[in-house]
Amino acid sequence: MNGPHDLGGEMGFGPVAPETDEPVFHADWEKRVLGVTLCSGALRLWNIDESRHARESLHPADYYASSYYEIWIKALETLLVRHGCVTAEELQSGHALKKAVMDRPPLVAADVPATLARGGPCDRPVDADPHFAVGDRVTVRNIHPSGHTRVPGYAKGKTGVVEEVAGAYVFPDDNAHGRGENPQWLYRVVLTGDDLWGPQGDPSLTVSIDAWESYLERA
Amino acid sequence: MTNSHDHDHDNELDPMTARVRALETILSEKGLIDPAAIDAIVDTYQNRVGPQNGARVVARAWSDTEFADWLARDATAAIASLGFTGRQGEHMHAVFNTPQTHNLVVCTLCSCYPWSVLGLPPVWYKSPPYRSRAVMDPRGVLEEFGVRLDKDVNIRVWDSTAELRYLVVPMRPAGTDGLDEDALAALVSRDSMIGTGLAEAPE
Repeated sequence: MNGPHDLGGEMGFGPVAPETDEPVFHADWEKRVLGVTLCSGALRLWNIDESRHARESLHPADYYASSYYEIWIKALETLLVRHGCVTAEELQSGHALKKAVMDRPPLVAADVPATLARGGPCDRPVDADPHFAVGDRVTVRNIHPSGHTRVPGYAKGKTGVVEEVAGAYVFPDDNAHGRGENPQWLYRVVLTGDDLWGPQGDPSLTVSIDAWESYLERA
Repeated sequence: MTNSHDHDHDNELDPMTARVRALETILSEKGLIDPAAIDAIVDTYQNRVGPQNGARVVARAWSDTEFADWLARDATAAIASLGFTGRQGEHMHAVFNTPQTHNLVVCTLCSCYPWSVLGLPPVWYKSPPYRSRAVMDPRGVLEEFGVRLDKDVNIRVWDSTAELRYLVVPMRPAGTDGLDEDALAALVSRDSMIGTGLAEAPE
Protein backbone atom coordinates (compact mmCIF):
# COMPACT_ATOMS: atom_id res chain seq x y z
CA MET A 1 0.00 0.00 0.00
CA ASN A 2 1.07 3.57 -0.55
CA GLY A 3 1.04 4.21 3.19
CA PRO A 4 2.66 6.53 5.68
CA HIS A 5 5.50 4.07 6.24
CA ASP A 6 6.90 4.47 2.73
CA LEU A 7 9.25 7.29 3.63
CA GLY A 8 12.17 7.22 1.19
CA GLY A 9 12.57 10.68 -0.36
CA GLU A 10 9.76 12.32 1.64
CA MET A 11 10.51 15.76 3.01
CA GLY A 12 9.68 17.95 5.96
CA PHE A 13 10.54 15.66 8.88
CA GLY A 14 13.47 17.74 10.06
CA PRO A 15 16.94 16.73 11.22
CA VAL A 16 17.81 13.24 12.41
CA ALA A 17 18.83 14.32 15.93
CA PRO A 18 20.79 11.31 17.16
CA GLU A 19 20.78 10.99 20.96
CA THR A 20 24.09 10.74 22.80
CA ASP A 21 24.41 7.56 24.90
CA GLU A 22 20.89 6.54 23.99
CA PRO A 23 19.45 3.94 26.38
CA VAL A 24 18.05 0.70 24.93
CA PHE A 25 14.62 1.68 26.27
CA HIS A 26 13.28 5.12 27.14
CA ALA A 27 10.50 3.92 29.46
CA ASP A 28 9.52 0.70 31.16
CA TRP A 29 6.41 0.41 29.00
CA GLU A 30 8.62 0.13 25.92
CA LYS A 31 10.20 -2.99 27.42
CA ARG A 32 6.78 -4.52 27.94
CA VAL A 33 5.72 -3.64 24.36
CA LEU A 34 8.75 -5.45 22.98
CA GLY A 35 8.04 -8.48 25.14
CA VAL A 36 4.28 -8.60 24.63
CA THR A 37 4.77 -8.22 20.88
CA LEU A 38 7.30 -11.05 20.66
CA CYS A 39 5.32 -13.31 23.00
CA SER A 40 2.12 -12.69 21.03
CA GLY A 41 3.97 -13.39 17.79
CA ALA A 42 5.15 -16.68 19.28
CA LEU A 43 1.50 -17.83 19.30
CA ARG A 44 1.99 -18.09 15.54
CA LEU A 45 -1.45 -16.76 14.69
CA TRP A 46 0.07 -14.32 12.23
CA ASN A 47 3.42 -13.84 10.49
CA ILE A 48 5.90 -10.97 10.32
CA ASP A 49 4.43 -9.71 7.06
CA GLU A 50 0.91 -9.44 8.48
CA SER A 51 2.37 -7.70 11.48
CA ARG A 52 4.28 -5.18 9.36
CA HIS A 53 1.10 -4.53 7.40
CA ALA A 54 -0.85 -3.89 10.61
CA ARG A 55 1.71 -1.21 11.51
CA GLU A 56 1.72 0.52 8.12
CA SER A 57 -2.10 0.43 8.09
CA LEU A 58 -2.37 2.89 10.97
CA HIS A 59 -3.99 6.12 9.85
CA PRO A 60 -1.18 8.35 8.53
CA ALA A 61 -1.86 11.02 11.16
CA ASP A 62 -1.61 8.37 13.88
CA TYR A 63 1.49 6.77 12.35
CA TYR A 64 3.43 10.04 12.19
CA ALA A 65 2.34 11.10 15.68
CA SER A 66 3.44 7.79 17.25
CA SER A 67 6.81 6.60 18.43
CA TYR A 68 7.84 3.22 17.04
CA TYR A 69 6.86 1.29 20.17
CA GLU A 70 3.51 3.11 20.10
CA ILE A 71 3.09 1.93 16.51
CA TRP A 72 3.89 -1.59 17.68
CA ILE A 73 1.33 -1.69 20.49
CA LYS A 74 -1.42 -0.16 18.35
CA ALA A 75 -0.80 -2.68 15.58
CA LEU A 76 -0.60 -5.51 18.09
CA GLU A 77 -4.02 -4.65 19.50
CA THR A 78 -5.42 -4.81 15.96
CA LEU A 79 -3.84 -8.21 15.34
CA LEU A 80 -5.03 -9.63 18.66
CA VAL A 81 -8.60 -8.49 18.02
CA ARG A 82 -8.51 -9.74 14.42
CA HIS A 83 -7.37 -13.18 15.52
CA GLY A 84 -9.86 -13.48 18.37
CA CYS A 85 -7.39 -13.21 21.25
CA VAL A 86 -8.93 -10.14 22.84
CA THR A 87 -12.03 -8.00 22.33
CA ALA A 88 -12.42 -4.25 22.16
CA GLU A 89 -14.36 -4.45 25.45
CA GLU A 90 -11.47 -6.20 27.12
CA LEU A 91 -9.00 -3.57 25.91
CA GLN A 92 -11.35 -0.97 27.35
CA SER A 93 -11.70 -2.69 30.73
CA GLY A 94 -8.08 -3.78 31.10
CA HIS A 95 -9.06 -7.31 32.09
CA ALA A 96 -10.00 -10.59 30.46
CA LEU A 97 -13.79 -10.84 30.27
CA LYS A 98 -13.92 -14.29 28.71
CA LYS A 99 -11.62 -17.22 28.30
CA ALA A 100 -9.29 -17.49 25.37
CA VAL A 101 -10.88 -19.36 22.49
CA MET A 102 -7.63 -20.84 21.30
CA ASP A 103 -5.64 -23.41 23.16
CA ARG A 104 -2.08 -22.34 22.48
CA PRO A 105 0.65 -22.71 25.06
CA PRO A 106 2.38 -19.41 25.77
CA LEU A 107 6.08 -18.87 25.20
CA VAL A 108 7.62 -19.53 28.62
CA ALA A 109 10.75 -17.89 29.96
CA ALA A 110 12.81 -21.07 29.76
CA ASP A 111 12.21 -21.26 26.00
CA VAL A 112 13.03 -17.62 25.26
CA PRO A 113 16.77 -18.04 24.57
CA ALA A 114 16.22 -20.91 22.12
CA THR A 115 13.30 -19.16 20.43
CA LEU A 116 15.25 -15.94 19.91
CA ALA A 117 18.36 -17.83 18.80
CA ARG A 118 16.30 -19.75 16.22
CA GLY A 119 14.61 -16.67 14.79
CA GLY A 120 12.40 -17.12 11.75
CA PRO A 121 14.38 -17.87 8.61
CA CYS A 122 12.28 -17.10 5.54
CA ASP A 123 14.43 -18.44 2.72
CA ARG A 124 12.60 -21.15 0.82
CA PRO A 125 13.35 -23.43 -2.12
CA VAL A 126 11.74 -22.58 -5.46
CA ASP A 127 11.52 -24.79 -8.53
CA ALA A 128 11.92 -22.16 -11.22
CA ASP A 129 15.26 -20.73 -12.29
CA PRO A 130 15.75 -17.03 -11.62
CA HIS A 131 14.43 -14.80 -14.42
CA PHE A 132 17.24 -12.30 -14.11
CA ALA A 133 20.99 -12.59 -13.81
CA VAL A 134 23.72 -10.43 -12.35
CA GLY A 135 24.31 -7.45 -14.64
CA ASP A 136 20.82 -7.43 -16.14
CA ARG A 137 19.12 -4.07 -16.41
CA VAL A 138 15.72 -4.20 -14.75
CA THR A 139 12.94 -1.71 -14.17
CA VAL A 140 11.02 -1.65 -10.91
CA ARG A 141 7.41 -2.07 -11.98
CA ASN A 142 5.06 0.83 -11.43
CA ILE A 143 2.65 -1.13 -9.25
CA HIS A 144 0.41 0.11 -6.46
CA PRO A 145 -1.07 -2.87 -4.59
CA SER A 146 -3.62 -1.87 -1.96
CA GLY A 147 -2.30 -4.52 0.43
CA HIS A 148 1.15 -5.17 1.84
CA THR A 149 4.13 -4.79 -0.46
CA ARG A 150 7.83 -4.11 -0.09
CA VAL A 151 8.39 -1.99 -3.20
CA PRO A 152 9.49 1.43 -1.99
CA GLY A 153 7.66 4.21 -3.79
CA TYR A 154 10.81 6.12 -4.70
CA ALA A 155 12.08 3.19 -6.82
CA LYS A 156 8.91 2.56 -8.82
CA GLY A 157 9.42 3.00 -12.54
CA LYS A 158 13.18 3.38 -12.07
CA THR A 159 15.77 1.25 -13.85
CA GLY A 160 18.79 -0.29 -12.23
CA VAL A 161 21.19 -3.18 -12.45
CA VAL A 162 20.97 -6.59 -10.75
CA GLU A 163 23.99 -6.84 -8.45
CA GLU A 164 23.15 -10.16 -6.82
CA VAL A 165 20.62 -12.93 -7.07
CA ALA A 166 20.12 -13.07 -3.33
CA GLY A 167 18.21 -16.32 -2.91
CA ALA A 168 14.52 -17.14 -2.76
CA TYR A 169 12.29 -15.93 0.05
CA VAL A 170 8.70 -15.92 1.24
CA PHE A 171 6.75 -13.37 -0.80
CA PRO A 172 5.43 -10.79 1.67
CA ASP A 173 2.64 -9.45 -0.55
CA ASP A 174 0.93 -12.85 -0.36
CA ASN A 175 2.09 -13.99 3.06
CA ALA A 176 0.73 -10.87 4.79
CA HIS A 177 -2.78 -11.70 3.60
CA GLY A 178 -3.00 -15.42 4.24
CA ARG A 179 -2.43 -16.33 0.60
CA GLY A 180 0.53 -18.57 1.37
CA GLU A 181 4.29 -18.11 1.33
CA ASN A 182 4.65 -18.40 -2.48
CA PRO A 183 8.42 -17.86 -2.41
CA GLN A 184 10.12 -15.95 -5.23
CA TRP A 185 13.66 -15.09 -6.20
CA LEU A 186 14.99 -11.96 -4.61
CA TYR A 187 17.41 -9.59 -6.34
CA ARG A 188 19.60 -6.78 -5.11
CA VAL A 189 19.05 -3.97 -7.59
CA VAL A 190 21.34 -0.95 -7.66
CA LEU A 191 19.98 2.41 -8.74
CA THR A 192 21.94 5.64 -9.15
CA GLY A 193 21.25 8.85 -7.29
CA ASP A 194 20.87 10.56 -10.62
CA ASP A 195 18.22 8.11 -11.86
CA LEU A 196 16.32 8.26 -8.58
CA TRP A 197 16.41 11.97 -7.84
CA GLY A 198 17.34 13.70 -11.10
CA PRO A 199 19.09 17.05 -10.72
CA GLN A 200 18.65 16.85 -6.93
CA GLY A 201 20.55 13.56 -6.88
CA ASP A 202 24.00 13.21 -5.35
CA PRO A 203 26.25 12.10 -8.25
CA SER A 204 28.33 9.98 -5.86
CA LEU A 205 25.25 8.08 -4.60
CA THR A 206 23.98 4.61 -5.42
CA VAL A 207 21.07 3.00 -3.59
CA SER A 208 20.21 -0.68 -3.55
CA ILE A 209 16.86 -2.24 -2.83
CA ASP A 210 16.07 -5.92 -2.36
CA ALA A 211 13.28 -6.71 -4.80
CA TRP A 212 11.24 -9.85 -5.32
CA GLU A 213 11.09 -11.08 -8.89
CA SER A 214 7.50 -10.00 -9.54
CA TYR A 215 8.43 -6.40 -8.67
CA LEU A 216 10.78 -6.28 -11.65
CA GLU A 217 10.68 -6.37 -15.43
CA ARG A 218 13.48 -6.46 -17.96
CA ALA A 219 14.51 -2.96 -19.04
CA MET B 1 -9.85 3.11 33.34
CA THR B 2 -12.34 3.98 36.07
CA ASN B 3 -11.69 6.62 38.65
CA SER B 4 -14.17 5.41 41.24
CA HIS B 5 -11.97 5.15 44.28
CA ASP B 6 -9.38 7.46 45.68
CA HIS B 7 -6.00 7.36 44.07
CA ASP B 8 -5.60 3.80 43.00
CA HIS B 9 -2.03 4.07 41.79
CA ASP B 10 -2.99 2.77 38.34
CA ASN B 11 -5.04 5.89 37.76
CA GLU B 12 -1.94 7.98 37.69
CA LEU B 13 -0.12 6.00 35.07
CA ASP B 14 0.74 7.80 31.92
CA PRO B 15 -1.50 6.72 29.02
CA MET B 16 1.03 4.43 27.32
CA THR B 17 1.97 2.66 30.54
CA ALA B 18 -1.71 2.10 31.30
CA ARG B 19 -2.44 0.88 27.77
CA VAL B 20 0.44 -1.58 27.70
CA ARG B 21 -0.23 -2.82 31.21
CA ALA B 22 -3.86 -3.45 30.29
CA LEU B 23 -2.87 -5.54 27.29
CA GLU B 24 -0.28 -7.51 29.23
CA THR B 25 -2.83 -8.14 31.99
CA ILE B 26 -5.51 -9.38 29.60
CA LEU B 27 -3.17 -11.72 27.76
CA SER B 28 -1.70 -13.06 31.01
CA GLU B 29 -5.14 -13.68 32.48
CA LYS B 30 -6.01 -15.65 29.36
CA GLY B 31 -2.83 -17.67 29.59
CA LEU B 32 -1.64 -16.48 26.18
CA ILE B 33 1.55 -14.89 27.45
CA ASP B 34 3.89 -15.49 30.37
CA PRO B 35 5.14 -12.24 31.97
CA ALA B 36 8.37 -14.01 32.93
CA ALA B 37 9.03 -14.59 29.23
CA ILE B 38 8.73 -10.85 28.68
CA ASP B 39 11.33 -10.30 31.39
CA ALA B 40 13.63 -12.79 29.66
CA ILE B 41 13.21 -11.07 26.29
CA VAL B 42 13.93 -7.65 27.79
CA ASP B 43 16.97 -9.01 29.60
CA THR B 44 18.26 -10.49 26.34
CA TYR B 45 18.20 -7.21 24.46
CA GLN B 46 19.20 -5.03 27.38
CA ASN B 47 22.14 -7.11 28.56
CA ARG B 48 23.17 -9.82 26.10
CA VAL B 49 22.46 -8.91 22.49
CA GLY B 50 23.73 -5.53 21.38
CA PRO B 51 26.38 -3.72 19.35
CA GLN B 52 29.12 -5.38 21.39
CA ASN B 53 28.33 -8.48 19.28
CA GLY B 54 28.84 -6.67 16.00
CA ALA B 55 32.02 -5.08 17.31
CA ARG B 56 33.43 -8.60 17.89
CA VAL B 57 32.62 -9.49 14.30
CA VAL B 58 34.36 -6.37 12.96
CA ALA B 59 37.40 -6.82 15.22
CA ARG B 60 37.77 -10.41 14.02
CA ALA B 61 37.46 -9.33 10.39
CA TRP B 62 40.16 -6.70 10.91
CA SER B 63 42.45 -9.24 12.56
CA ASP B 64 41.93 -12.31 10.42
CA THR B 65 41.78 -12.04 6.62
CA GLU B 66 40.40 -15.55 6.29
CA PHE B 67 37.51 -14.61 8.55
CA ALA B 68 37.02 -11.37 6.59
CA ASP B 69 36.79 -13.38 3.36
CA TRP B 70 34.26 -15.73 4.93
CA LEU B 71 32.27 -12.75 6.24
CA ALA B 72 32.19 -11.28 2.74
CA ARG B 73 31.14 -14.60 1.21
CA ASP B 74 28.69 -15.97 3.80
CA ALA B 75 28.07 -13.47 6.56
CA THR B 76 25.37 -15.53 8.27
CA ALA B 77 27.70 -18.49 8.79
CA ALA B 78 30.76 -16.42 9.66
CA ILE B 79 28.81 -14.44 12.26
CA ALA B 80 27.22 -17.62 13.64
CA SER B 81 30.71 -19.03 14.22
CA LEU B 82 31.15 -16.31 16.86
CA GLY B 83 27.88 -17.34 18.50
CA PHE B 84 25.63 -14.60 17.13
CA THR B 85 22.50 -15.99 15.51
CA GLY B 86 18.77 -15.65 15.57
CA ARG B 87 15.95 -13.21 15.33
CA GLN B 88 16.49 -10.44 12.76
CA GLY B 89 19.88 -11.85 11.88
CA GLU B 90 18.74 -14.97 10.04
CA HIS B 91 20.02 -13.72 6.68
CA MET B 92 23.07 -11.52 7.11
CA HIS B 93 25.15 -9.63 4.57
CA ALA B 94 28.33 -7.74 5.47
CA VAL B 95 29.40 -4.68 3.49
CA PHE B 96 32.93 -3.34 3.73
CA ASN B 97 33.85 0.32 3.65
CA THR B 98 36.82 1.17 1.45
CA PRO B 99 38.68 4.40 0.75
CA GLN B 100 36.49 4.72 -2.36
CA THR B 101 33.07 3.72 -0.98
CA HIS B 102 31.21 4.42 2.24
CA ASN B 103 28.22 2.22 3.07
CA LEU B 104 25.07 3.32 4.89
CA VAL B 105 22.16 1.10 5.95
CA VAL B 106 18.52 2.14 6.24
CA CYS B 107 15.05 0.63 6.20
CA THR B 108 12.82 3.19 4.51
CA LEU B 109 9.71 1.02 4.90
CA CYS B 110 9.88 0.14 8.59
CA SER B 111 12.72 -0.54 11.02
CA CYS B 112 14.58 -3.61 9.70
CA TYR B 113 17.88 -3.87 11.55
CA PRO B 114 20.38 -6.67 12.29
CA TRP B 115 19.32 -7.44 15.87
CA SER B 116 21.68 -10.39 16.31
CA VAL B 117 24.75 -8.19 15.93
CA LEU B 118 23.51 -4.70 16.85
CA GLY B 119 20.61 -5.33 19.25
CA LEU B 120 17.52 -3.15 19.04
CA PRO B 121 17.65 -0.12 16.74
CA PRO B 122 18.01 3.38 18.17
CA VAL B 123 15.00 5.70 17.97
CA TRP B 124 16.47 7.81 15.17
CA TYR B 125 16.92 4.73 12.96
CA LYS B 126 13.18 4.01 13.18
CA SER B 127 12.06 7.61 12.76
CA PRO B 128 10.90 9.51 9.65
CA PRO B 129 13.83 11.98 9.40
CA TYR B 130 16.41 9.24 8.90
CA ARG B 131 14.21 6.90 6.88
CA SER B 132 13.15 9.66 4.48
CA ARG B 133 16.53 11.28 3.89
CA ALA B 134 19.09 8.47 4.01
CA VAL B 135 18.30 7.41 0.43
CA MET B 136 18.19 10.93 -0.99
CA ASP B 137 20.59 13.08 1.03
CA PRO B 138 22.98 10.73 2.80
CA ARG B 139 25.73 13.35 3.00
CA GLY B 140 23.38 15.72 4.78
CA VAL B 141 22.38 12.93 7.17
CA LEU B 142 26.01 12.02 7.84
CA GLU B 143 26.84 15.62 8.70
CA GLU B 144 24.20 15.49 11.41
CA PHE B 145 26.24 12.64 12.89
CA GLY B 146 29.41 14.69 12.60
CA VAL B 147 30.71 12.64 9.68
CA ARG B 148 32.06 14.54 6.70
CA LEU B 149 33.24 12.43 3.78
CA ASP B 150 35.54 13.62 1.04
CA LYS B 151 33.72 14.62 -2.12
CA ASP B 152 35.36 11.84 -4.11
CA VAL B 153 34.12 9.11 -1.77
CA ASN B 154 31.12 7.32 -3.23
CA ILE B 155 28.16 6.57 -0.99
CA ARG B 156 26.26 3.33 -1.24
CA VAL B 157 22.97 3.16 0.63
CA TRP B 158 21.48 -0.26 1.38
CA ASP B 159 17.69 -0.05 1.78
CA SER B 160 16.66 -3.16 3.76
CA THR B 161 13.43 -3.77 1.89
CA ALA B 162 13.43 -7.58 2.32
CA GLU B 163 14.72 -10.02 4.95
CA LEU B 164 18.44 -9.53 4.36
CA ARG B 165 20.09 -7.65 7.21
CA TYR B 166 23.18 -5.54 6.60
CA LEU B 167 26.24 -5.01 8.78
CA VAL B 168 28.74 -2.33 7.78
CA VAL B 169 32.37 -3.24 8.40
CA PRO B 170 34.06 0.14 8.91
CA MET B 171 37.63 0.76 7.80
CA ARG B 172 40.26 -0.13 10.36
CA PRO B 173 41.65 3.10 11.80
CA ALA B 174 45.30 4.00 11.38
CA GLY B 175 47.58 3.40 14.33
CA THR B 176 45.99 0.13 15.39
CA ASP B 177 48.72 -2.28 14.34
CA GLY B 178 49.37 -4.77 17.08
CA LEU B 179 46.12 -4.14 18.94
CA ASP B 180 44.34 -7.33 20.00
CA GLU B 181 40.70 -8.05 19.22
CA ASP B 182 39.43 -6.70 22.53
CA ALA B 183 41.19 -3.39 21.98
CA LEU B 184 39.98 -3.25 18.37
CA ALA B 185 36.38 -4.03 19.33
CA ALA B 186 36.41 -1.06 21.69
CA LEU B 187 36.92 1.22 18.67
CA VAL B 188 33.83 -0.07 16.85
CA SER B 189 30.72 1.97 17.64
CA ARG B 190 27.18 0.96 16.82
CA ASP B 191 26.89 3.86 14.40
CA SER B 192 30.03 2.78 12.55
CA MET B 193 28.29 -0.54 11.81
CA ILE B 194 25.20 1.25 10.46
CA GLY B 195 27.33 3.64 8.45
CA THR B 196 26.41 6.82 10.32
CA GLY B 197 29.78 6.79 12.05
CA LEU B 198 33.40 5.77 11.53
CA ALA B 199 35.54 3.55 13.70
CA GLU B 200 37.29 5.58 16.37
CA ALA B 201 41.01 6.26 16.38
CA PRO B 202 42.88 4.71 19.29
CA GLU B 203 43.80 7.08 22.11
